[in-house]
Amino acid sequence: MSHYNKRSKQELAQRVARDIFDGAYVNLGIGQPTLVANYLPEGIEVVLHSENGILGMGPAPAAGDEDYDLINAGKQPVTLLPGGAFFHHADSFAMMRGGHIDISVLGAFQVSGTGDLANWSTGEPGAIPAVGGAMDLAVGAKQTWVMMDLLTKQGESKVVRQCSYPLTGIACVKRIYTDLATLACTPQGLELIDMVHGLEHGELERLVGLPVRV
Amino acid sequence: MINKIASSIAQSLSGIRDGSTVLIGGFGTAGIPNELIEGLIDQGARDLTIVNNNAGNGDTGLAALLKAGRVRKIICSFPRQTDSHVFDELYRSGRIELELVPQGNLAERLRAAGAGIGAFFTPTGFGTDLARQADGSLKETRRIQGKDYVLEYPIHGDVALIKAEAGDRWGNLTYRKAARNFGPVMAMAARRTIATVHEVVELGQMDPETVVTPGIFVSSIVRIDRVATEAGGFKKTA
Repeated sequence: MSHYNKRSKQELAQRVARDIFDGAYVNLGIGQPTLVANYLPEGIEVVLHSENGILGMGPAPAAGDEDYDLINAGKQPVTLLPGGAFFHHADSFAMMRGGHIDISVLGAFQVSGTGDLANWSTGEPGAIPAVGGAMDLAVGAKQTWVMMDLLTKQGESKVVRQCSYPLTGIACVKRIYTDLATLACTPQGLELIDMVHGLEHGELERLVGLPVRV
Repeated sequence: MINKIASSIAQSLSGIRDGSTVLIGGFGTAGIPNELIEGLIDQGARDLTIVNNNAGNGDTGLAALLKAGRVRKIICSFPRQTDSHVFDELYRSGRIELELVPQGNLAERLRAAGAGIGAFFTPTGFGTDLARQADGSLKETRRIQGKDYVLEYPIHGDVALIKAEAGDRWGNLTYRKAARNFGPVMAMAARRTIATVHEVVELGQMDPETVVTPGIFVSSIVRIDRVATEAGGFKKTA
């Protein structure tokens, strides 16, 4: 068995941030994807979009400076950078659905090899469903990237042949950034972009349970 | 003479009927017209259908309207939050109907209502559980130039309650930061739109280049004191 170390949450955020290009309009989903903002490469300008009507979203304000009319999609206080703008919800979602957002980074419960996404509901009976902007973000951006651990706590792959959880979108994910490997989703299935040092290809395929083309 | 300035919250809300569809602006706590919601509780209309992005935070505002048993159905994108206990209990005990709509479809269905669009094809939700009607049947779909779409219908409001920043007697409105959110599309989508403002200005005082909602979409404005928007909808770390 090969010896390797998983990417930490910070290293994973760093890995995603490395692929974000100068001038990109980016939406970072609630949760883990928001970490990506802390690792954007020096010297490039990236405009962050928030679904509730903000472009040019900046970091959290200093304690005491919170303004709850200026919040992110997770309802937490943020700031506006110089050059930022406010707009209404129909315009905000036109930016997604109309393909104006370059990159949308989302968390996921499951992703299929061909890019189907399940990230809004585990379908548990009795759970209160809530979708927010997940379905719009999944299908609208020029590129949808998923960021997640490859395996569940029980060791099952979250990259699957077919999602068992309720779908968010069909064939919408282009790349999956995980703690073990970065994968591309294609109509023909998974392709390897990179994997952590020391992990062997055969071992990755065994963990994923699907072929991963090199 | 046009004068859309109402003298009080109660006056602005008079005549709202039982069974109305009420569009309520806001995302989380930003842009929630709490004073108008409290006024609606006092006004007494019941059996309401409420359209809002969420389903209330804490125990005040929209949550209080729900708690008062005045809402039959809620149309929203994200009812479940860390502090949505009022809605959660009503939903679990089957005392409120929920129509869950992806957030962008919610905004566009409101915009379509305001713009006189009969229905529209959207890619959002295609192939998912939200591309079904309440009875479980599939919504109409169409493949257009190789891409799949779902047919979605407008959401018309009898009344819209929104929170703006400044207004004049013609009903022109500006907003504050991300509290704008659903205000402009809801103002268009309802037969009657009531907005609170923190400042009433004379006609001509507002720079016409900065008007976000033109007065044609607004029926009444009512001035309220400025109260800082409170946090809500997320778990606060100590």
